[in-house]
Amino acid sequence: MNDFVNPTIEYAQLWPILVVFGVACLGVVLEAFLPRGRRHLSQSVLAVLGLAAALGGTVYVGLDLHKFGGGAARGLIAAEGTIVVDGPTVYLWGLILVFSIGGVLLFAERRLEGGVSAFAGQAAALPGTEAERQASTQGLDHTEVYPLLMFAVGGMMLFPAANDLLTMFVALEVLSLPLYLLCGLARRRRLLSQEAALKYFLLGAFSSGFFLYGVALIYGFAGSMQFSDINEAVRNDASNQSLLLIGMGMLAVGLLFKVGAAPFHSWTPDVYQGAPTAVTAFMAAGTKIAAFGAMLRLFYVAFGSDRWSWQPMLWVIAILTMLVGAVLAVVQTDVKRMLAYSSIAHTGFLLTGVLGVQSASELSDGQVTSMQAVLFYLTTYGFAMVGGFAVVTLVRDSGGEATSFARWAGLGRRSPLVAGVFAFFLLSMAGIPLTAGFVGKWAVFTVALAAGAWPVVVVAIGSSIIAVYFYVRLILLMFFTEAEGEVASVTTPSLLTSATIAVGVVATLVLGVVPGPVLDLAGHAGQFIR
Amino acid sequence: MYADITAWHDAVNIPLVDPTSTNGVLSLIWLVIALPLAGAAILLLGGRFADKWGHLLGTALPIGSFLISLLMFISLIGKDSGDRQVTQHLWNWVDVGTFHAGFDLLYDPLSALFLMLITGVGSLIHVYSIGYMEHDPRRRRFFGYLNLFVAAMLMLVLSENYLGMFLGWEGVGLASYLLIGFWQHKPTAAAAAKKAFVINRVGDIGMSLAIALMFVTFGTTSFTGVSHLAGGATDNTLNALGLLLLLAACGKSAQVPLQSWLLDAMEGPTPVSALIHAATMVTAGVYLIVRSNFIFELAPEAQTAVVIVAVVTLLWGAIIGCAKDDIKKALAGSTMSQIGYMMLGAGLGPAGYAFAIFHLLTHGFFKANMFLGAGSVMHGMNDDVDMRRYGAIRHAMPVTFLTFAMGYLAIIGFPGFSGFWSKDKIIETALADNWIVGLLALLGAGITGFYMTRLMLMTFLTNKRWKEDVHPHESPAVMTIPLIVLAALSVLGGVMLAGNWIQDFLAPVVGVAPHEDPPIPALGVTLLAVLVVAVGVATAWFLVGKREIPLTAPQDVSFATTAARRDLYGDAINDELVVRPGKGLITALLGIDRYGVDGVTTGGPIAVGAVAGQLRRVQNGFVRSYALSLLGGVLLVVLALLVVNVG
Repeated sequence: MNDFVNPTIEYAQLWPILVVFGVACLGVVLEAFLPRGRRHLSQSVLAVLGLAAALGGTVYVGLDLHKFGGGAARGLIAAEGTIVVDGPTVYLWGLILVFSIGGVLLFAERRLEGGVSAFAGQAAALPGTEAERQASTQGLDHTEVYPLLMFAVGGMMLFPAANDLLTMFVALEVLSLPLYLLCGLARRRRLLSQEAALKYFLLGAFSSGFFLYGVALIYGFAGSMQFSDINEAVRNDASNQSLLLIGMGMLAVGLLFKVGAAPFHSWTPDVYQGAPTAVTAFMAAGTKIAAFGAMLRLFYVAFGSDRWSWQPMLWVIAILTMLVGAVLAVVQTDVKRMLAYSSIAHTGFLLTGVLGVQSASELSDGQVTSMQAVLFYLTTYGFAMVGGFAVVTLVRDSGGEATSFARWAGLGRRSPLVAGVFAFFLLSMAGIPLTAGFVGKWAVFTVALAAGAWPVVVVAIGSSIIAVYFYVRLILLMFFTEAEGEVASVTTPSLLTSATIAVGVVATLVLGVVPGPVLDLAGHAGQFIR
Repeated sequence: MYADITAWHDAVNIPLVDPTSTNGVLSLIWLVIALPLAGAAILLLGGRFADKWGHLLGTALPIGSFLISLLMFISLIGKDSGDRQVTQHLWNWVDVGTFHAGFDLLYDPLSALFLMLITGVGSLIHVYSIGYMEHDPRRRRFFGYLNLFVAAMLMLVLSENYLGMFLGWEGVGLASYLLIGFWQHKPTAAAAAKKAFVINRVGDIGMSLAIALMFVTFGTTSFTGVSHLAGGATDNTLNALGLLLLLAACGKSAQVPLQSWLLDAMEGPTPVSALIHAATMVTAGVYLIVRSNFIFELAPEAQTAVVIVAVVTLLWGAIIGCAKDDIKKALAGSTMSQIGYMMLGAGLGPAGYAFAIFHLLTHGFFKANMFLGAGSVMHGMNDDVDMRRYGAIRHAMPVTFLTFAMGYLAIIGFPGFSGFWSKDKIIETALADNWIVGLLALLGAGITGFYMTRLMLMTFLTNKRWKEDVHPHESPAVMTIPLIVLAALSVLGGVMLAGNWIQDFLAPVVGVAPHEDPPIPALGVTLLAVLVVAVGVATAWFLVGKREIPLTAPQDVSFATTAARRDLYGDAINDELVVRPGKGLITALLGIDRYGVDGVTTGGPIAVGAVAGQLRRVQNGFVRSYALSLLGGVLLVVLALLVVNVG
């Protein structure tokens, strides 16, 4: 009988992620023991503190990164080879934590609904029943949303840091399951919300199945789960090519589903529309960042030497995604659905960046690497999305949030500030100069061009033009269209939502005017270590 | 820093721009620009707050600039002629990549003379304007614009690089636009301002292209750099630079083919015509060419083009001047013609540069004098400008008459008056260079004698043809004193030539011409010129002075007269060559825009919408069909991978 070997855990480097999971567990305990009245405050404060501590830890780890590697590599492979803490990991952790704090602030907003949160009073009560009405009149809240969010954040942090397929799969599930639940917890339009949650769950499970099948096939090919071993096998072993290719495809499906690439995007509009808007904001930013981080690591580290096999496939997917996102957004009449399609189009632009040149040695001075471009794009995208959805929570009528275009007509005249802020986010998403979106688009297009993917860039520019059309159409609607019938008005939020929006605006403006420092930071994140 | 590449310059004998840093009183140079600029800012931003005293401040500041200029001038004369170039680096203006331009000022004999002219004549005209604009409700704004003009003009002549010069160049263009259209309630004034602005843009294109070409060729736009490096450029580049600069000069100095704006510019208040459209701004083209001598000396083709433009313009303007009944337009035609003389001098190389500047200065005196005189007459005649309604004003306005007469004698080149010396020198140099050019310049002098005498006779002599309610009276002292000063300068301006002072003074900038013996002795040329002018004056006396002047212009006149009245069809030529093709182009572009661009932009969304309408059916809300599309996607991904690798 073998002796039990105590695994080595590098607590000094992993503690940001451990803090997040710890706070999540603590939240569950608090939920069980605290009286109902105190839960909201203590849970939200605990979540913010936990995230802030993790963010501080991430910065601390990031600053000391060069010490850990010992020599050339910046970072280390931790936890018995399952987790990598390197430059990109730290950058992505930072991003995820920043947007999660924004998410918690939006979750904690209670002024908009008149003293209660945007989450269902009692999720178990059937919509339209006496039980639901009771829960509503008693002002009940589901404060479990905070631990759920923390678990999802933990999964998101683990996802791009995973160094083997199994850890990656576990992270995928850890981030997904809480989100399925959160999507079903809307206070208003509960049937729509529950339907979205169920759809998301079913399709998510379906795609996870493909991912897991891919894991099995790759294990069959390489005989290992470790990315570095897979890379070795890809480089040296020419046999069983179809096993590798099919496995690669299955893994890609799982990840492309998470980022919402066409034709795996069909859940996105339904879920984004049905989920409580605060959840939509959080997951639009967080999931995409985590999943792109994981995708970059999987394709660059594990399949990096087999670039020519998977790049054509990603070309097709990128082109399809941009076109589907941009074209379908044109016919939407609901703000949240429009933003969902816009997020699909952004996935396409991000994929364009993934296709770019990977190593800095192939670039001349002043050019950006693919990694740098994608990381920067994710930053700009996250600020615009969280900010944009946060604005959506403010525009309301008697039935709660008013997301139909007809209600938004003339909003610019009634609330110029809010409409102006929203227009600014839209312009950033459209990639108009002096906003962060422009620099992000410029970065991903140039890296793709440098790698010779000009057909994708041509389609990307075409899609951008289509995208400008639907963004500007909404701006026109807000500022230059006379309102008819019942219209939405802006409810003044508490400091929580205002702060989130303000940070989004400032970041979008600053990143658009002086992108240099953040672009350098993303470049400084360097490359994955193997 | 340029020492190793300037061996060429000894061979061609062009002085290099190689200034030292400013010190002493010369370091006040920035203040010369700053004072009127501050005046413009205070007057234009101050609002009604500054209404009461704005005109006084606006006059005091240019006088301050004049005093500093005077001190600097004295200090400059005190130096050895080799040390008379100083520069002041104010700050780094452009610092991008390999392109660096400092906000540098250059003070040398050439800019010193311009400073005296601009601030001196400018101050006099500011004083005059106090009286002239007394009853205008927007007087403060007028003085603000005038100060802006003075600041921009000083920037133009003081900059040490072409970029800063361009700043001034555009600044005077703006001020000119604002002041021509100052009486914006008059549609003609608004149209004239626009016309001047648009035509000047054509010239400005030349200037900006020249600057770009300099930067591409030499990597710098500073006079120091370009003058040192010019010899290293190819002949084609230098000729291109020369022609582009000539285009710029044509725009600003109203030379053919960009001349047509100047006559309309007389819509502006008369002090503006005197300051901007006679004495200073319109001579900026001459300054540009003289300043760029290190380019033109190496670009003989461009220099020939300057001479051709100059000769055409000096005759063109003179002929227009013969037929105009509007006193200001007649003077404007004359200005155009006189600038033609200056350009001619500038086109003749080192032999002519100094005389071009000399004529520029004397012209600045006598033309400002006559414009202000015309303004004084208009002031007394209820702003009527039609000379057919004047006559015998000498009795009503003796001071105006006498000062105007001094200007008249100066411009026709009456022996001893300033214009006599300056024009005579240009004709002499031209004859020495090329006898055809010389004879045409001589002919121009004769025509000048004719049209100026005609103007003089119709305005001040002959019989009264006034409208009933007009009671001419002498203008107030605030207007006549500037006239007297300018008249004195018109008479005495010739002293600058005494002992070849102006040639020697400008030599560090424009070089010294190798001495050539003229084909005709100088005295012979002088006598010939006086004779030609006398013929012109006599012709006018018999054609205008001896006959009755009809109150309305007769229509049954020769083709030549009609052509001259219509500015030699300048506007018609522009219409045919530029405006009509331009309109055609615009119509075509509009068509492309309407059917092509709009077609794509409106058709595009319709097509996208149609596609989307079909595509969205896939998004039917059923999980089963979503799962199916997911499965389809799996097949797509796997197939894409397999096709590329196995296929």
